Amino acid sequence: MAMLLDIIIDGLIKGSVYALLAIGFSLVLGVARIINIAHTALFMTAAYLIYIGSKLMGLPLLLAMTAAVVLTVLLGLVVYRLFIQPIQEHEAAVLIATIAVAMMLQEVFLMSFGGHYLGVPPLVEGFLHILGVKVTMQHLLALGLSLVMLFGVRQFLMKTRLGLALRSTAQDREVANLMGMDVNRVALLTVAISVGLAAMTGAIVVPLITVEPTMWMHPLIMMLAIVVLGGLGSIEGSFVGAYILGFAESLVVFMLPMGSFLKDSVALSVMILVLLIRPEGLFGVSFEEER
Amino acid sequence: MKRLALVGTIVLGLLCFVGQPALAAPPIKIGVLGPMAFTQGEGHWNGATLAAEEINTAGGIQVGGEKRAIELVKVDTNEFLSIPDATNATEMAISRHKVDFMVGGFRTEAVQVMQDIAMDAKKIFIGCGAAHPELCTRVTKDYNRYKYWFRLTPINSTYLGKVDFLLLAMVAAEMKKALGLEKLKVAIVAEKAAWADPIVKAAEETLPAKMGMEVVGTWRPSPVAKDCTAELTAIQRTGAHIIFTTFSSSVGLTFAKQWGELKVPAANVGINVESQKSGFWSATGGKAEYTVTVNTLARVKITDKTIPFYDKYLERFKEAPNYTAGTYDALFLIKEAVEKAGSTNSDKVVTELEKIDSLDTAGRVVFDKSHDITWGPKHITSIGTQWQDGKMLCVWPNGWEGVTFEGTVPHKLPPWVIEHYKK
Repeated sequence: MAMLLDIIIDGLIKGSVYALLAIGFSLVLGVARIINIAHTALFMTAAYLIYIGSKLMGLPLLLAMTAAVVLTVLLGLVVYRLFIQPIQEHEAAVLIATIAVAMMLQEVFLMSFGGHYLGVPPLVEGFLHILGVKVTMQHLLALGLSLVMLFGVRQFLMKTRLGLALRSTAQDREVANLMGMDVNRVALLTVAISVGLAAMTGAIVVPLITVEPTMWMHPLIMMLAIVVLGGLGSIEGSFVGAYILGFAESLVVFMLPMGSFLKDSVALSVMILVLLIRPEGLFGVSFEEER
Repeated sequence: MKRLALVGTIVLGLLCFVGQPALAAPPIKIGVLGPMAFTQGEGHWNGATLAAEEINTAGGIQVGGEKRAIELVKVDTNEFLSIPDATNATEMAISRHKVDFMVGGFRTEAVQVMQDIAMDAKKIFIGCGAAHPELCTRVTKDYNRYKYWFRLTPINSTYLGKVDFLLLAMVAAEMKKALGLEKLKVAIVAEKAAWADPIVKAAEETLPAKMGMEVVGTWRPSPVAKDCTAELTAIQRTGAHIIFTTFSSSVGLTFAKQWGELKVPAANVGINVESQKSGFWSATGGKAEYTVTVNTLARVKITDKTIPFYDKYLERFKEAPNYTAGTYDALFLIKEAVEKAGSTNSDKVVTELEKIDSLDTAGRVVFDKSHDITWGPKHITSIGTQWQDGKMLCVWPNGWEGVTFEGTVPHKLPPWVIEHYKK
């Protein structure tokens, strides 16, 4: 029973953070058909900017976080206009271009800060006992903020005209265009929201993790696994997929301590298994149908 | 005018001859191999830089009848991110930069390949980073091929394990005494890497059989795990009194930080390379105070050379030297061996290195038959350090086998651990 509680609480926290990343990625994939491999590199950018703002420039942490989110969104838009928009119709080229952007960002941070492991203080100190499980206040804050943001994104998509535009573009870009929607503007807006989500995720989790130039790789793998598991471009799928993999990771650590390094592999195996049984993912349309 | 030109030419010619001191001889090229964008590589490079400057300022290395300066070649192996990069960098150091000697290396998995390349080229390679015993076992198995390899730092993972157990015993004795605990429960946490495997195996056997402790479980997180809360939660459920760690990568920082944040009621002792760095305190926001690790250097008088080197390094590079800065000693060893051999010929220098008995910054250096650094109370002991109030202080050896280095302080148990068990 105790172990079950541990797994539920730990999985819930992990899943929420993954969900934030995966939903931003899914949004831009669904709406603009952009496979943005640089998504987690932008998450890393936000983390570094928070470090620069709070530790090097001495700004209050909240101010540093806000500035980092704004600057990262601006950088994301510049990347979109310079590297993605000109080749947007060629999905493979976009994929390669965003890999290059991610590597570029990694090298920039590696050259600027070296491979040093850096840290940012938490917004809230201390921990709480929840049903006998110790959880840090920062983890709880991350969980709460993640859920608030996920709810906000859902409300935005379901209850606003802009959200409707985004969803309709995601369903059929050509038809949305024929209906008079400026799909390019919608795509630009989607990129801004998506990068904003990545940056906010960075802001939420940066006190929990180590800031270093390769910190974008592990979340990228997990995020790709989640969107494939949930169904490419499906926001609901990403949400569910994130929690499945979050719980899978926790299960491995608690059930198989000697194999806790395998948590990523197990998560990826879950993805492969789902793909074998249901190639379109949990919530996606089948590839044949899409073609 | 013609006379003036003639005199000028003669003077210039004379200057060329007279001014042809020993240092005009070709320099001795030493390749410093390491992941240069990372702290470990910086340690390699900084240590070697200090040594090269000191040696060159003193006139260089006496090789036969001539003095030769040291020229360092920075070889970025990038071994954290790519082992093929390490292979290419080593090849390039030998074939393109034509280095005479090599020092450095960090990750065992990469150093094994680098070692093979160096051995094929008959280049002396003094390891200053990788701990796996296999690197030196190769020397005994195939002496003619691997005799050019020597490991200076750290002590190999078997010895590291021994120091590890001695630190564990120190903490255990204190817990028993201060908290009145009878049989101690220990959680083993080691990153999943080749060098850590022998330590885990030894711990699982030794702790119950020889140290009377109960092993409540073994956790093997990834070396680059970004979150260890699940492991820490599981450990707390087991009621472990001590967490016995083996980390060389970033997971050590994550683990120690989250251990402190959650105030896990178990002492944290073992090997944690991240906690050997000056930046550890700031990176963890001071949360990992009381973390104990096996270490090589601290500001204690291990030998007469230790504190001057430590202070000079700190002043110059604004951070404390970690064990990869042992390249400092490596260069002085090369100097001593080359001068005694009177040549840079690898075979002759190997013979001299095998005879080395020298007091250096980390202790007394003597290589054993497998060209590994000798460990023990009369040789290099290694030290145990603990973070206390923002300072990395030496807490071990504190009387072990009669050894106590000047500047050593008593070990402290984390206050929340004391509070938990005194309730």
